[in-house]
Amino acid sequence: MTGAQIILECLKQEGVSVVFGYPGATIAPFYDAIALDSAIRHVLVRQEQNAGHAASGYSRASGKVGVCCTTSGPGATNLITALATAYMDSIPMVALTGQVRSDLLGRDVFQEADITGACEPFTKHSYLATDTQELPTIIKEAFHIASTGRPGPVLIDLPQDTLEREFVGEFRYPDSVDIIGYKPRTKGHPLQMKRALDAIAKAERPIICAGGGVVSAKARRELIKFAEKLDIPVVSTLMGVGMMPTEHPLYMGMLGTHGIYSANYAIHHADLVILCGARVGDRAMAKADQIAKKAEIIHIDIDPAEIGKNMKADIPIVGDIRLVLKSITEKCEEFSHRDWVEDLKAKQAEHTPVFRSIPGQVDPRNFMRTLSEEVSKRSKAILVADVGENQIWSANNFAFKGGRFLTSGGLGTMGYSLGAALGAKIAKPERQVFAVCGDGSFQMMMCELATLVQHDIPVKVVIMQNNRLGMVRELQDKLYEGRYSGVMLDGSPDFVKLAQAYGIASERIEDDSDVNAAIGRMLDCDSTYVLVCRVAEDIPSRQEN
Amino acid sequence: MRYTITVLVQNHYGVLSKVSGLIARRGFNIESLAVGVTENPNVSRMTIVVDCDESGIEQVEKQLNKLIPTIKVKVLEEGSYLARELTMVKVSCNSRQREEIMTLAELMHARIIDVTASSLTLELTDTTARTENFISLMHQFGIKELVRTGISAIELGANTTKK
Repeated sequence: MTGAQIILECLKQEGVSVVFGYPGATIAPFYDAIALDSAIRHVLVRQEQNAGHAASGYSRASGKVGVCCTTSGPGATNLITALATAYMDSIPMVALTGQVRSDLLGRDVFQEADITGACEPFTKHSYLATDTQELPTIIKEAFHIASTGRPGPVLIDLPQDTLEREFVGEFRYPDSVDIIGYKPRTKGHPLQMKRALDAIAKAERPIICAGGGVVSAKARRELIKFAEKLDIPVVSTLMGVGMMPTEHPLYMGMLGTHGIYSANYAIHHADLVILCGARVGDRAMAKADQIAKKAEIIHIDIDPAEIGKNMKADIPIVGDIRLVLKSITEKCEEFSHRDWVEDLKAKQAEHTPVFRSIPGQVDPRNFMRTLSEEVSKRSKAILVADVGENQIWSANNFAFKGGRFLTSGGLGTMGYSLGAALGAKIAKPERQVFAVCGDGSFQMMMCELATLVQHDIPVKVVIMQNNRLGMVRELQDKLYEGRYSGVMLDGSPDFVKLAQAYGIASERIEDDSDVNAAIGRMLDCDSTYVLVCRVAEDIPSRQEN
Repeated sequence: MRYTITVLVQNHYGVLSKVSGLIARRGFNIESLAVGVTENPNVSRMTIVVDCDESGIEQVEKQLNKLIPTIKVKVLEEGSYLARELTMVKVSCNSRQREEIMTLAELMHARIIDVTASSLTLELTDTTARTENFISLMHQFGIKELVRTGISAIELGANTTKK
């Protein structure tokens, strides 16, 4: 067997059934191995970045490690944004990149790029695999590193000769890995857990802040049980949206710059903050010091480097959130924080947004609420939001009952949603998958409509079209006295006609009165669908008018 | 403040750039970095001197620990370790100055390792403070070239930094 065939065998051993990618000269031996073996499905994207986003969406929807592959040079450099996106959001992925022959490395030959060097800040680990014999060990390690501890992307750079060379001896996939410097701790320290229990027992106004770590740890059920037994209200970061059911009486919404009032009020008036897999990013907690001054902080995270990085922690607990929450819940007695919860509920009710219908326009917040109502009658949906106003409208208005919310929270990568949605749909074909984007982000990724058609991936695409780069426009309103610069999206095509050119069913709606029926038609359609909403340019991302 | 960190890493391709890149990316200045293989040929030891504040060094330590090839990271406490650096200095020297330089070298426990008609090259292995003293003494003769390795550090007593 060649190195390329060995890789394919290893992927099969890891349970990989689909690879998202784009071929080229140096990775060609791997593509030949795919041609000779039907066990692995290859999904050809239209630009390498989207192969990475697709692997990310696949990974997040399936809970498995997503795999993508590209060729060397520009193929690999196009992938960097996707790797950085996955790294910031801790998504387990393995990226295979072709590389020039090892005897040509460093000579600046055609399509050579030092991709392991370039990706050092954006990957959890990387390999330059120059020895075919080491491939089984490298791949075993890569999947282990990507999926354990704090998950993240791992890059394997594969010189062409490594792929072509015959593997000597009998192939055996390693059963286990032993990396001397890599032993993530999963169980919380008993002493810190005890201190946390004492702090919780004393607290009058405790709050749980659920971040992306809850998703990574698959700790949704444990979070809900923990909150319910201890009667502690929950707020979430953008990355934690969807973990606590939106309609749950203890859920106070998303906090932060683009969050809602009750959530921010809660975190600023709490006397105990329990951070669960939340890294206290600036968009979630701009004034972390102020919060920490008023409250005791319990910080639970699998990554010790996150504890104390952006906020001081009084009680640090390094461990797997699922195990830690489960253990605390078991050891804790039941509590009631009725006054505190009712106070927050009142704040939530006072600040419920009122939508005003504008004739000839669709209010995106109302649209998202209607979509979520209609969808919940049918299935647990996966909603992928892009970046910008559309992301905030989605996060604050789509109600999650068990579905999933995927977005690029950390890096804020425009053009994430379509790739991620197609990956998610392949992982969960039985679920409705939506990509919600703006007309800006859509035009960064619209080439992927062809991928949806070619591979028959029935994703529903919702475009919020306001002919503006809305989020930047808001910024220019706020900080630059409304001097709009580079935010007008004139020259965009007719997206309905564009979709139709791909053979995709599509329609445009231009009034709130059309929303219900249009959503019904989209949900009834079994294939890919593009729904374009005409949105007034002055509807802000903020929830309150 | 100046911190001395000792790091055990796997002796692999690219590890040095991973370690130095990580520190530089977070905006901390590496004052010196010395690396060499240990008693185990698969393991290298780095001694890194970083200038940063207390929260900075905590982040550096935690982030270094996250690197996969890192085996052990320890920020050495002041007074708990011995540190030495090697310095080689080439000074201008005519025949009249030679004796004076040789006397200074002897006083400072430096060795003369190369001699020409117009220069002397000296070697000193010592602490950073004594090294700096030595260099300032050499300035009067005109330093043509100065090479410093940066410190290597080892803990005092029977303790070792191992996994």
